[in-house]
Amino acid sequence: MKFSLSWLKTHLDTDASLQTITDTLTTIGLELEGVEDRGAALAAFRVAHVVEAVQHPNADRLRACKVDTGNGIVSVVCGAPNARTGMKAVFAPPGSFIPGTGITLKVGEIRGVQSAGMLLSAREMGLGNDHDGIVDLPADAPVGVSYPAWAGLDDPIIDISVTPNRGDALAVRGVARDLAAAGLGTLKPFAPTPVPAAFPSPLQWAITMREACPWVLGRTVRGVRNGASPQWLQDRLLSIGLRPINALVDITNFFTIDLGRPLHVFDAGKVTGSTLTFRPGAGETFRALNGKDYTARPQDCVIADAAGVQSLAGVIGGEATGCDEATTSVFIECALFDPVHVALTGRHHQIISDARQRFERGIDPALLPDAVEAATRLIQELCGGEASEVVSAGAQPAWRRRASLRFARLRDFGGLDVPADAAVGTLERLGFRCVERSPVSVTVEVPSWRNDVAAASPLEPADTLPPERMRKAAEGRNAIEPEADLVEEVLRMRGLDAVPPVSMPAIAPVPPPTLTPRQARSALARRTLAAQGLAECVTFSFMAGSDAALFGDTPDALRLSNPIAADLDQMRPTPVATLARAAQRNATRGWPDVSLFEIGPAYRPDGQLLVAAGLRAGSTPRNWAVAAVDFGAMDAKADVWALLTALGVPLDALTTTPDAPGFYHPGRSGTVRQGPKTVLATFGALHPRVLAALDLAGPAVAFEVYLDAIQDPKRRRKSAPDLPAFQPVRRDFAFVAASSVPAEAVLKAARGAERSLITGVSLFDVYEGNKVGPGLKSLAIEVVFQPREHTLTDAEIEAACAKVVAAVAKATGATLRG
Amino acid sequence: MNDDLLALKADTDAALAAAEDLRAWDAVRVGVLGKNGTLTQQLKELGKVSPEQRRERGAALNRLKDELASAIDARRAALEAAALDAQLAAERMDVTLPPRPVVPGLVHPISRTIEEMAAIFGAMGFGIAEGPDVEDDWRNFGALNIPAHHSAREDMDTFYLPGTDAQGRRRVLRTHTSPVQVRTMTSQEPPLRVIVPGRTYRADHDATHSPMFHQVEGLAIDRNLTLGHLKGCLIDFLRAFFGISNLPVRFRSSYFPFTEPSMEVDIGWNRKTGELGGGGDWLEILGSGMVHAKVLANCGIDPREWQGFAFGMGIERVTMLKHGIPDLRPFYESDIRWLRHYGFNPLAPAMLHEGL
Repeated sequence: MKFSLSWLKTHLDTDASLQTITDTLTTIGLELEGVEDRGAALAAFRVAHVVEAVQHPNADRLRACKVDTGNGIVSVVCGAPNARTGMKAVFAPPGSFIPGTGITLKVGEIRGVQSAGMLLSAREMGLGNDHDGIVDLPADAPVGVSYPAWAGLDDPIIDISVTPNRGDALAVRGVARDLAAAGLGTLKPFAPTPVPAAFPSPLQWAITMREACPWVLGRTVRGVRNGASPQWLQDRLLSIGLRPINALVDITNFFTIDLGRPLHVFDAGKVTGSTLTFRPGAGETFRALNGKDYTARPQDCVIADAAGVQSLAGVIGGEATGCDEATTSVFIECALFDPVHVALTGRHHQIISDARQRFERGIDPALLPDAVEAATRLIQELCGGEASEVVSAGAQPAWRRRASLRFARLRDFGGLDVPADAAVGTLERLGFRCVERSPVSVTVEVPSWRNDVAAASPLEPADTLPPERMRKAAEGRNAIEPEADLVEEVLRMRGLDAVPPVSMPAIAPVPPPTLTPRQARSALARRTLAAQGLAECVTFSFMAGSDAALFGDTPDALRLSNPIAADLDQMRPTPVATLARAAQRNATRGWPDVSLFEIGPAYRPDGQLLVAAGLRAGSTPRNWAVAAVDFGAMDAKADVWALLTALGVPLDALTTTPDAPGFYHPGRSGTVRQGPKTVLATFGALHPRVLAALDLAGPAVAFEVYLDAIQDPKRRRKSAPDLPAFQPVRRDFAFVAASSVPAEAVLKAARGAERSLITGVSLFDVYEGNKVGPGLKSLAIEVVFQPREHTLTDAEIEAACAKVVAAVAKATGATLRG
Repeated sequence: MNDDLLALKADTDAALAAAEDLRAWDAVRVGVLGKNGTLTQQLKELGKVSPEQRRERGAALNRLKDELASAIDARRAALEAAALDAQLAAERMDVTLPPRPVVPGLVHPISRTIEEMAAIFGAMGFGIAEGPDVEDDWRNFGALNIPAHHSAREDMDTFYLPGTDAQGRRRVLRTHTSPVQVRTMTSQEPPLRVIVPGRTYRADHDATHSPMFHQVEGLAIDRNLTLGHLKGCLIDFLRAFFGISNLPVRFRSSYFPFTEPSMEVDIGWNRKTGELGGGGDWLEILGSGMVHAKVLANCGIDPREWQGFAFGMGIERVTMLKHGIPDLRPFYESDIRWLRHYGFNPLAPAMLHEGL
């Protein structure tokens, strides 16, 4: 919302400075977007009289002038060809800054003639590109006065942003009212005297769509002469970026900004029939004032005459019945529209207009009669003519509402102690009318223009909570909301900076843990994976559907109805998918070796899972001491193991099976389970087809750990440590087993051979090849026997070893290697 | 000492000096002190000497034996030391060689900021609440006093998923973390203090907007929390988060559907240098307000009994400001060079007692 300072002052009687006004606007919630003050840079320049301009004695192209600045006559050397005796010009005194050249003037001497100032061109003042000569002012320009003031350039343009609740502030008058209430002057009265009716209106209103248009007033003014608006009106509109069109149209635009009261004018001569009807659209197409064609839908409210649709009500008028220079009879439309209808129509047709902007926020329902009179007056003033009676359809809707404020609530809710009289005074200046006052509270009537205060809009209550609780809460809302509205008004006018800050009261001397165990688990997982050498990423939750399909199901339920781009349309089935794309992008940039992880959601039709996912692409770094090694599935498993260990999952109880999701290499991937059902993790090399589809050179390995599946660690005291006094005995075994036998089976069998004695089993070699024959492999394990009562005898060790061999053979068919 | 003993000593000393390694040294030792060594022979022959001479000769031999033994030991130590020196010299390595590479892992700046927020608000008694990214339009809009026709619900702002949920509500990607306010209020009894960091989505993509970004929501409900507490809480947070104890903080009246009174919060900075604190300019940083009576009532909380405040701020935005990160888009690019530049050491997490 833009307006000039002088426009504001037509409604606000104030001597506050521009700075005070703009600071106050921001403080009271009408945030300043900017101030354009063209006059400030020109403040030093004066209108001057060139008493004499003669040829410079020593320079062909210069003229020596005597200039009356209104403050004495000075000598000025001027290079402009149009400098002539007797002209009025703009004078810049020594010491002034010339915006167009960036120079600060000094008194000088040019080829022997003193020059104590400068006569300016438009370009030198930064007012355009005209540099053919100095500015040639009209003969009646008063010598010695400020040039920007004389030229009307000293009127700063103020631009504010108005929040959606404040339709009333989309009016210069509304802004003036707020400023007056904040203590910056007084609001000038507005009470247009009615224009008497000279004849019955030949045009009438009808409304068949009351829900969209409850009330409309109209009036015919005949015998008008339409043409260009007077300069003051053109200047006013131009100052805020509106193009003057003709007087009748300019008048409607003026009231839109001045009172926040959009009007429309029909050329009565172009209207067919005698009735203009507000009715639902019926698929008709009409051409609007912006030159574009629109087709009215049944949910759009249109204004139609006998020939058809002439206007989208509250949004934009039609070209066919618009006013132009030939208009001699005009019909004024001053209507009230339902904000939601206007918003939906404007949104659907993608029309942004000053009228829509105001109607969809809601305008003052009591202002219509005064607005018609004010518009009639201005039309008569600028275009002449005589006015008909005022015709109407519908009726003024009920708008009177009351609200009460307990003064203590200013302190107990708003945090600021405001004396009762001061609070009431603020409300009254804002237009609230005091209807009842006690020492502890006040009841006011809400002004017609404040549809945001005590608006009893419907609740949308939760449907899962007990009805009795909801009823009580709804009652509470009815009691509290209007009061909160008033608290806001009283605080707003004082500025929220006036409210003293109070630190939060402590709920305990030492606060309880901030994170739940589940949240703490995520934090620990993040640190663990980063400590494993993986760099944390945050990737988008949505991705290209075709990419997502490589990594799992892509149900329609998880495809956006309105994606912002075709490659961001599907909720990802796993963060591995977006990490793979990230690795590919890094490789494209010349960084093929990356280890990445993300802790984030994987989406399923029935909800989202929190997944710690990682991806390692390429190889370990090259180094003289250790060769670069391509990442393999076991690197991903090592990450999973490190994470599960950190999260307190006992690794002994896990099983790993080769049934991993399809985006992994089927022979080099696994699923990790705790118990028969709970899947904790998957890991493996990525499938070559996935790599090819993503244009990722590979090798690449990945893992997922399902953090939600991990049980909360039990908070119990640790048992006493197992610290036997006897040395352990270590024995190595080499088993030959079928290639298909999982190592895990051998390790588990060995571990279980003598539970009380065997405390550790580790695999230290795996061999497949000629020495064991086809279809077989050798697994070498070390078993740790831990005696507790006495040092083991050779016989006891022999017996234990035999149990290991027997247990492994029984479980897996493996035999001791000969 | 007799000449023969002197000669023996001289010979042995010479032989030891000539012994260049432990094997030669051992030959000398055996030759002198061994079972058939020269000195051992002399000692064996002592019995043949007359008793008168035996005492004197015995004493001389024993003296000589001690002398030779210590000379032999000394030579051994010298040889061993020389051998060790030679070995060490041979084992010399190029200490300028690069060690085995360790690829450091990193924590993303967004996670770091969330950690810091948890630490600071945690100290003020806030817990962390969470909710799903796919929300229903009641929790995302309706319950928060954003009615059906509100422009925020337009396709151009909100991502929709097809179909409806079990209650017949439209499914949206949450446009803010505020639906978790609704989840919290409908599932827990006040008093409440939670912050809600999380992913949020809006259909906007340019240099300063990302279709996915992060917000942190705050909600505090109690019997007598006022707008003064809201101001105090936010000032305390902002000064701790940015590490500027006198950071200027300004509050301006504004409007949000879910709070009343509403206010926007600015911090002081220098527009030219981007430095926070002084400079005389103001930078809008978050929105806040007292929870709207309608929002409380929609969630079954009686506004006559309970009141409180809510706020929301962009996590990327405060992260960019705190660390001087100029551009939003790289946050989601996973460019390893950017991650290494702006990432954080996982072993130095945000802890108030160690400093943020």
